[in-house]
Amino acid sequence: MNRLIKRLVCSVLLLVGMQAHASLEIVITGGVDSARPVAVLPFTFRGTTLPKENIAEVVSADLMRSGKFNPIPFIKMPQRPAKSSEINFAAWAKEGVEAIVMGEVVEVGIDRYEVVFELIDVLKGNTGASSLLNQGQLSTTAHYLLDSRTTTINGSQFRQYAHRISDIVYEKLTGERGAFLTKIAYVLVRPNNEFPYQLVVADYDGYNEQILLRSKEPLMSPNWSPDGTKLAYVTFEKRQAQIFIQDIYTGRRTILTAFPGINSAPKWSPDGRRMAMVLSKDGNAEIYVMDIATKALTRVTNHRAIDTEPSWSPDGQEIVFSSERGGNPQLYSVNLATGDTRRLTFDGEMNLAGTYSPDGQSIVMVNRTGGRYHLARMDRQSRFMQVLTTTNLDESPSIAPNGSMIIYSTMHGRSQVLALVSMDGRFKARLPAADGQVKSPAWSPFL
Amino acid sequence: MNLNKVLKGLLIAVPVLALAACSSKSSTGAGDADSAMTNQTVQVERADPAALAAEQMRQKMEALRRENTVYFDFDRATIRPEFAEVLQAHGEFLRANPSVRVTVEGHTDERGTPEYNIALGERRALAVVQYLQNLGVSAGQISTVSYGEEKPAVRETNEAAYAKNRRGVLVY
Repeated sequence: MNRLIKRLVCSVLLLVGMQAHASLEIVITGGVDSARPVAVLPFTFRGTTLPKENIAEVVSADLMRSGKFNPIPFIKMPQRPAKSSEINFAAWAKEGVEAIVMGEVVEVGIDRYEVVFELIDVLKGNTGASSLLNQGQLSTTAHYLLDSRTTTINGSQFRQYAHRISDIVYEKLTGERGAFLTKIAYVLVRPNNEFPYQLVVADYDGYNEQILLRSKEPLMSPNWSPDGTKLAYVTFEKRQAQIFIQDIYTGRRTILTAFPGINSAPKWSPDGRRMAMVLSKDGNAEIYVMDIATKALTRVTNHRAIDTEPSWSPDGQEIVFSSERGGNPQLYSVNLATGDTRRLTFDGEMNLAGTYSPDGQSIVMVNRTGGRYHLARMDRQSRFMQVLTTTNLDESPSIAPNGSMIIYSTMHGRSQVLALVSMDGRFKARLPAADGQVKSPAWSPFL
Repeated sequence: MNLNKVLKGLLIAVPVLALAACSSKSSTGAGDADSAMTNQTVQVERADPAALAAEQMRQKMEALRRENTVYFDFDRATIRPEFAEVLQAHGEFLRANPSVRVTVEGHTDERGTPEYNIALGERRALAVVQYLQNLGVSAGQISTVSYGEEKPAVRETNEAAYAKNRRGVLVY
């Protein structure tokens, strides 16, 4: 009997644990065909206690999700080399594989594991194979090895270290910094819960979900501080909109604004000292910038039409915002020093939620054309606009800190879910929640 | 035994009440029919007038709570003519009870971005406020909150649901 209860309790714990870990599962919906083929070999293991997480699976999923790589399936691998010196480069090159990630996990103590990994350039290895005969092994090894590292971690750090490997691989192969060690914040809505609105932070891939706040009233617009330690957001817990700042690690909450009317859309300045926001205390929705330390407010817009959704340029000199001053909502930019305001968008019935890319070269937005809401990207110089998504009722775009990918909220069937699209619109994926509606995603800075 | 007494009581009381209602309708010129009728009821039942006033207000509020929503067209914040009567009732009640405060909630459907919808929801709430103020309700009695698309009345994605979600709600 006791044993039965124990087993029951365990299975319940396990289920809860599983749900907490993988409530956002990524479904890739397009764009893998054009990605570069690579191979992530299963890491060999030496020891007795098998670690819970499989590094090769995490790295493989990361690379595939970047939209830039297509890790070939296990069965298509021409051989199973245990060491890089055993690689038959010609066989891999024949499969079109550009690079191989391989490694080893060695249990070196109680909950201590040594992880070795190597990143191998197949093309260089293939051309270097002949030179092996002439010049000897040493020079050839340096020739095909793009990176190689050894680190000791504990059992709980496997996913994190796997993401670190992905970052290294991605940067070596693309020349661009990887964003696999980042997090996303979002709002989870479960209408039948006692606390239907939850502010959640998870790894960028949806793992390690942590609920930061549960509320009976709506939560909106989470936005990361540039140092990645705090979130600003809007809460209606007092049946009035208020902007709060919450420290992610200490849980400390501080109230920033509670003016009559709208307190909306907080956005941290790139230097972290100011907060752009929307207030209606002076009549209708206007953009303001608050000095966070002194709480001093500067009014940025002054128009009887709606002005909302501020977003900082990466240099902190400009704010792009949505305004109805021209009739329908379109994007405008304002220079904070001179007040010079310009209309940016002219395509489509509406353009909303403008967001600068980290390099400042383009602006991502929600475009409405023919009654459909899709994400679009506009080149800042040429003003060329490209629609990126084909999903339904897209909103709340947030760009990865390396500028490679956009996370946003969309309707899939009858559920609001998160989705990913690459900046060129080619790669598309969906992150459906197991339970509830997911909205207002915010991608963290590099952590 | 007891039942008999009650029945007897009713036999007397009902015609009295009916008479009272008739007479009030025909005789009162200045006051409205409802208050005249309730004044009669106070005498018949010997109720405490203060408690009755509170009860009357509670009932009136309950009725107002049932009819507390106005609906808007897509992307619009103008009060449609069919909701004039609803707002009239609330306006009269608020004007007659200056100590009562009301919160006007503004809501939108889920299309468009959440932050833009907060602004649109506020515009709807303010349209209701303007309407009430034009009826003579004091600005100090009314506060607003816009929930945008965050609290839909119907969690479905079709035109009928959208129409029910684009609304202003008066909450006491």
